[in-house]
Amino acid sequence: MAERGVLLEGVRAYRLIAGMWVRSSMAYRTSFVVTVFGNLTVTALDFVGILLMFSQVDSLGGWSLPEVALLYGLSATSFGIADLVLGSMDVLGARMRDGSFDTLLVRPVPVLAQVGADRFALRRLGRITQGTVVLGWALVSVDVDWSVLKVLLVPVMVVSGAAIFSAVFVAGAAFQIYAQDAAEVQNAFTYGGTTLLQYPPSVFGKDLVRGVTFMLPLAFVNWVPAVYVLGRPYPVGLPGWAAFASPPVAVACCVLAGLAWRTGLRSYRSTGS
Amino acid sequence: MEPESGFIELDGVEKVFEVRKKTGFMKRERRQVRAVDSISFRVERGEMVGYIGPNGAGKSTTIKMLTGILTPSAGRLRVAGIDPSRERRRLAHRIGVVFGQRTTLWWDLPLLDSYRLMHRMYRIPDARYRANLDRLVELLDLGDLLDVPVRQLSLGQRMRGDIAAALLHDPEVLYLDEPTIGLDVVSKSKVREFLREVNAERGTTVLLTTHDLQDIEQLCKRVMVIDHGRLMYDGPLAGLHEAGESERVLVVDLERELPPIEAPAPARVVRVDGPRQWLAFPAGESAAPLVARIAAEYPLVDLSVREPDIEAVIAKMYAEQTERAIS
Amino acid sequence: MGSGRLYAAVAAGGFRRYATYRAATVAGVFTNTVFGVILVYTYLALWDEKPHLGGYDQAQAVTYVWLGQCLYATLAIQGGGAEKDLMDRIRTGEIAVDLYRPADLQLWWLAGDMGRAMFQMLGRGVVPFLFGALFFPMALPTTLTPWAAFVVTLLLATVVSFAIRYLAALSVFWLLDGMGVNQVLVITGIFFSGMVLPLNAFPGVFGEVVRVLPWAAQIQMPADVLMGETDPLRAFAFQAAWAVALLAAGRLLQSAATRRVVVQGG
Repeated sequence: MAERGVLLEGVRAYRLIAGMWVRSSMAYRTSFVVTVFGNLTVTALDFVGILLMFSQVDSLGGWSLPEVALLYGLSATSFGIADLVLGSMDVLGARMRDGSFDTLLVRPVPVLAQVGADRFALRRLGRITQGTVVLGWALVSVDVDWSVLKVLLVPVMVVSGAAIFSAVFVAGAAFQIYAQDAAEVQNAFTYGGTTLLQYPPSVFGKDLVRGVTFMLPLAFVNWVPAVYVLGRPYPVGLPGWAAFASPPVAVACCVLAGLAWRTGLRSYRSTGS
Repeated sequence: MEPESGFIELDGVEKVFEVRKKTGFMKRERRQVRAVDSISFRVERGEMVGYIGPNGAGKSTTIKMLTGILTPSAGRLRVAGIDPSRERRRLAHRIGVVFGQRTTLWWDLPLLDSYRLMHRMYRIPDARYRANLDRLVELLDLGDLLDVPVRQLSLGQRMRGDIAAALLHDPEVLYLDEPTIGLDVVSKSKVREFLREVNAERGTTVLLTTHDLQDIEQLCKRVMVIDHGRLMYDGPLAGLHEAGESERVLVVDLERELPPIEAPAPARVVRVDGPRQWLAFPAGESAAPLVARIAAEYPLVDLSVREPDIEAVIAKMYAEQTERAIS
Repeated sequence: MGSGRLYAAVAAGGFRRYATYRAATVAGVFTNTVFGVILVYTYLALWDEKPHLGGYDQAQAVTYVWLGQCLYATLAIQGGGAEKDLMDRIRTGEIAVDLYRPADLQLWWLAGDMGRAMFQMLGRGVVPFLFGALFFPMALPTTLTPWAAFVVTLLLATVVSFAIRYLAALSVFWLLDGMGVNQVLVITGIFFSGMVLPLNAFPGVFGEVVRVLPWAAQIQMPADVLMGETDPLRAFAFQAAWAVALLAAGRLLQSAATRRVVVQGG
């Protein structure tokens, strides 16, 4: 019950602070427009890279362009949502170094909500927009026998994927408490993760696939459910119901990330660094 | 209701940090540093207390424990009956914090926007918020600044803005960390005057750290000195001057060059430069009799009093103690 | 001679400044390695499908990936080198101080950026490259000559990279804000340097165009020189031509900007 209160309180505080950042960014309208446009272009070029590859070949790792686009759209959209909501947490390390993190701790709202909303930027809508467009194109172009279950699985993938990436961001924030200068490490898991998932699992070494399936379960963002939708084999053995396991996996990731954050914060408050 | 046995209470509070020091290639040595070493004091509701000491003495560590930012390693700590480390968020509603060199206002937004955020974040009832805002705007002279983006405010204006932000939710205790640092004389006196008024009007307990002895002199009846994590002195300011035997300096401008002024001991002339003379006298004493005497006997044009600064007072205090220890 | 020592000192300062961020360097090494692994697998799949794409075999494609990760920070492909500081100084007006220094503004910043590049190469670039060489088949020369040529082409690549970013930074004199320019730097840097795909694998006319743009001097040229895919002298000439042209453009822009500052009264 208390947990639920904290959650609601956190969401409320998050909205308040994010709103302040949005208004702050409007103080520099030109910069805002430029960064929105730039962000959209950067993410678009991401997909142009894949198009360039397919201008030379008809399939990659045995997957056609619409199939890879489906992976790309799912990965980019769910990552985009997590990035919009929690993507600025890499400033946490800087906040600890300059001491402004302490000012968050004297506020009557959860620290994670304050850190998550820090530097909230609407320009990050660019990635979601671009991901959604690619996803939409993939859904109409891909050759699939659609069933109700498969159709339902698409929004489930996007939401669970966003939750899994959010967990990665929060775990990254917890890591920064211990290694304030090493914020870039989390890029390997966030940006690296979404890049990895844009390509078919068949492209990668089996050990790598095993690692992101069983250890850091990024594969549940799109790979595992998508191979079911496309009727393709998964490179490492998984039971049939695994395709529907994304929501519980996402919940587990969020719980673990939350615990990591709590531990990190407790450690900060006892060591001051 | 629990018995009012002190609004802020510290009993043997300690804070030990573990510091890793590089002692060679890939070799690190762990060392424990006692930032706060068994400190005990209590502050009654409505008191205004100066908390002073050299840099790195443990001042800000103490404040961080009192505000719930840091968890004490040992000892008992209560603010308004709340254990700050365990109920950080509940405590936050009852305290206000101003970090002197770090604004919590929103840089690119009008000042008022920051206050609106406080209004909602602290869930201040509308009527209460409006009344508090009106009163703070009046006392701190913020009327013309409410619509100005914070980045365009001067340092003094920003400090006033920060203090107002810390008081909107009616905190019972206000922590100020160097509230007058970097401010010009006018802003300093505005801030001090305001703090006195808030303390008198609302009975807000105020704990402030500062390097400016005038802050303490004009605001606090009680001073605590901390160094190396230990409480070195806790008492009235006059006593601190006695302990430190510090001196103030009266700078006198005469009409013309004259031989050194014959002042009643212990005051004495320490420097003469043309028509200007410098007289040192104990900081604990009033300057008035000395000034009256000089004005009566010498052709006085102008005069000013220079306050000893805190570091000097504390340094002297230590020198005394060391001497006593040796002899 | 005296001024030579001055710029050497500035370069050493640039090196040391970046050398202080140890944890950040380790983090960068880790991230570059992870991205390298991901890219290598996608390239292997691509070259599996179409052997000899862009004239590379698989081992060469792998080498290209790790070279890209190695040079990513060295050449500040995404920005974040000297131009970042320069933009800050222009925005805050501190640049006026630099103008009165008895040193050449462009050379001063070039020296600092070379120092930074040197550190990024040794601190951040070498480890991912060695990791790649250890775990993936690479096409590395076994004689000394290509390596020597590689060093020269790297130096030229660093100068071209600086010259591009210097131009971008100077634009802040007129734009007053580096936000948009930085975006452009990121986009062009990643795409036209060949971080996404080797430029010689770009199709058709588009490929012809990107291969003559200055960004081609950054990763594509050093890669081709190292793997003997191009005549080193031709590569040097290409890089040097762009370096001279861009540095000259930088000088022109710089004198226009200086006049502006002087007119405005500093």
